Amino acid sequence: MSIKTFLFTFVVTLCCLLPSQEANAADKRLSLSGSSTIAPLISEIARRFEAEHKDFRIDVQTGGSSRGIADARRGLSDIGMSSRALHDEEKAGVKTHILAMDGIAFVVHAKNPIKNLSAAQARQIYTGQISNWKQLGGEDAEMTIIDRAKGRSEQELMTKFLGIKSPEVKANLTCGENQQCLKLVTGNAHAITYLSVGTSEYEVNRGTPIRLLDFEGIPASVATVKDQSFPLVRPLVLITPERLPEEVEEFLNYSLSNKVDDLIKGQAFVSTH
Amino acid sequence: MYRLINDRSIAVASTLAIGVASVVVVLIMLFLGKESLPAISEIGLGRLFSDSSWNPESQGDEGLFYIVPMLAGTLAVSTLALAIALPLGLLTAVYTEFYAPRGFRFIMERAVELLAGIPSVVLGMWGLLILVPKIQQIDGHGASVLAGALVLGIMIIPTIALSSRSAIQSVAEKHRMQTTALGLGRSCSVLDVFIPLSRKSIGVGIILAGARAIGETMVVVMVCGNMSVFPQSVFDPVRTLTATIALEMGYSYGAHRGSLFLIGLLLMLSVLTALLLSKLIPGSSLRGEDTI
Amino acid sequence: MDRYVFREGSFTVITWLSGIAVFAIFALLVFDVFYHSGLFSLEFLFSDVKGAGREGGILPVIISTSLIVLTCSVVSLPIALGSAYFLFYFSRQNTRISALLRVSLDVLASTPSIVFGLFGSAFFCLYLDLGFSILSGGLTLACMILPAVIRMCEEGLSATPEEYGLQAAALGMSKTALFFHVLLPAALPTLSAAVLLGIGRALSETAALLFTSGYVLRMPESLMDSGRSLSIHIYDLAMNIPGGDQNAYRTAAVLLGMLFVINSVALASMNFCAGRVIRK
Repeated sequence: MSIKTFLFTFVVTLCCLLPSQEANAADKRLSLSGSSTIAPLISEIARRFEAEHKDFRIDVQTGGSSRGIADARRGLSDIGMSSRALHDEEKAGVKTHILAMDGIAFVVHAKNPIKNLSAAQARQIYTGQISNWKQLGGEDAEMTIIDRAKGRSEQELMTKFLGIKSPEVKANLTCGENQQCLKLVTGNAHAITYLSVGTSEYEVNRGTPIRLLDFEGIPASVATVKDQSFPLVRPLVLITPERLPEEVEEFLNYSLSNKVDDLIKGQAFVSTH
Repeated sequence: MYRLINDRSIAVASTLAIGVASVVVVLIMLFLGKESLPAISEIGLGRLFSDSSWNPESQGDEGLFYIVPMLAGTLAVSTLALAIALPLGLLTAVYTEFYAPRGFRFIMERAVELLAGIPSVVLGMWGLLILVPKIQQIDGHGASVLAGALVLGIMIIPTIALSSRSAIQSVAEKHRMQTTALGLGRSCSVLDVFIPLSRKSIGVGIILAGARAIGETMVVVMVCGNMSVFPQSVFDPVRTLTATIALEMGYSYGAHRGSLFLIGLLLMLSVLTALLLSKLIPGSSLRGEDTI
Repeated sequence: MDRYVFREGSFTVITWLSGIAVFAIFALLVFDVFYHSGLFSLEFLFSDVKGAGREGGILPVIISTSLIVLTCSVVSLPIALGSAYFLFYFSRQNTRISALLRVSLDVLASTPSIVFGLFGSAFFCLYLDLGFSILSGGLTLACMILPAVIRMCEEGLSATPEEYGLQAAALGMSKTALFFHVLLPAALPTLSAAVLLGIGRALSETAALLFTSGYVLRMPESLMDSGRSLSIHIYDLAMNIPGGDQNAYRTAAVLLGMLFVINSVALASMNFCAGRVIRK
């Protein structure tokens, strides 16, 4: 085979891969961006929706809750995902829809004897005033205090719940994604961090050696988030412009309906139905 | 068909090709500069080195952009990684070339090549799950300069091993007969003849490995602890410049986003400076034609 | 005499220890991946994802990755070959220009991968309005592997015997004919190795693709679709999806397998073809 023939066949094959115009015109394309906590759940919902509505194409990107809110406000994505409620100044021009409920729990290694954390203690831990487990009645061991990366909704929520300002937070390590935090805790018997209640409970049910600490005496679990007795709750919201195009509305209504309750439960979040 | 493809047109095409290849660098710096403009105009370069901490989104003030601890973190992790990888990489090259028995040599070559190709996320996972808990049992909190340096070191050993090996190989081919004629043993010919002769090419390989270490992102995000503080021991957590870009790029806007591009630009400029400085050393080349 | 023997002996010991140590590290890492991945069938490669990736297979990811790598190779190969041709033929005349060109390639080779991610995001996704797409990812990766592939192509061309050029001139062949009919086939083993190694490098990339080709898990239908690569899938499964660890390890095992195959093919082509062509 000469080089010419080879090149020719190659280019022809390549042309078959180029975007086919007809398919794109029929597609209803939606783009979502935002919280990496919600992204897996929305991807699953989108997948189920696409199976029932063959002309939809829903792209999910991550980037964090702040990105989701900003993208939705600027019209850069059709729906933004945020794992925290919007601030007042962010609400202008957009509508929020609660997809599910979740909470923030303080998580330690299963071997840690501590079972409860008060708000005051949590505040002292994350401002550097408590650094040894014996100060809480546990072993004499230095704590590994793990903060979440700035820009993550968990970090904002924690500082808001405990009433401390971001620069006042003093920790030993910072972690980004949920699973990274979990792995740091499972590998370190003296670590403490804070995570989504849903994700943590899912892991405990899988046998991961972690424990969710009670907060102010109230156990952290999906059940207490559901009956609203747990104080550190947060909504998982979808953000859209005030006037929605038809296809966005269609997908939005589907996501907010009870048809996806099993998917929400599967990720250990609390459905609003 | 042949009239189209003649010497002239091929010369033009190849000039275009090299033009595109060399323009990419310029394009990168141009776009990095363009996207950094919001940061340069709103923050200015000086604040990167004089603010009190790195807190770009702190509510209330306009944000703090102190990058020096992260710069220290980058340097600490990369230098330590190079210190680990250099002897191991060089000695592996020597081993594979001169000491390994023939069957095992084949296996070693494949092993080093495959090690070079292992994705950084896989190494980072291993570091996070296995290395970090072990380091925590020794001292500190686990995620640390040491963890980053060890994993990065493992990543760049193949880079140094492969480039050193090809440098030493070409030198050895030329001078093997001479060293044998002089009755020099293996250690003597390697240590006193081959390595000194190829030191410039080995040096270039080290610089490229160092650039790779400085530029690595996923590993340091996963195992270094991401704390923007000056490390005072190898067990302290650090954050590198690349980790900051990776962690914050997704959601940053305006001046914050510009500052991340500015950091990228600074990284590129420092790499450029290091390379230009190395070119000033006379006679350095990538193909091992060196004299003592 | 004693000092010499001591030096010889201790150096031998140290070198052997280093070789064994590096091999042990390699074996440890590979064992770790395959131990945690457990036994899985080829079905994993061909079935769709389920449960955001924690169950099911990785077929869409493999297709996306293949498309990204294909775009990357198709774009970078002609540019690399042309550049290598230029450097091979013209670099001896204008040493200052060629030195400048080589410096720019060296800088490109040393640029951090996240900077490529920034550039790709700013240039391909935003400025050229390609958005999060396989095309953006492939083009960004092409920029990344260009210097390495150019260097290998150049070495391949330089390794061809000098006599070929003289013989071609004696026969009155044009430079072009010499290139396409003699040099290219002679350098083919090194060139194919260059492409394959470039592909191997592209496969392992994560940071550059995070902001360019995106996160989408669906089977891509065109180059303009967003799609995630194998390394990004590994990262998401390990760092973000609860219960994603095992599939992360399995995907890593698949990736290592692919790299092994690529390296072996590159090696085989260099050894096999080299023997055949030069003897011609």
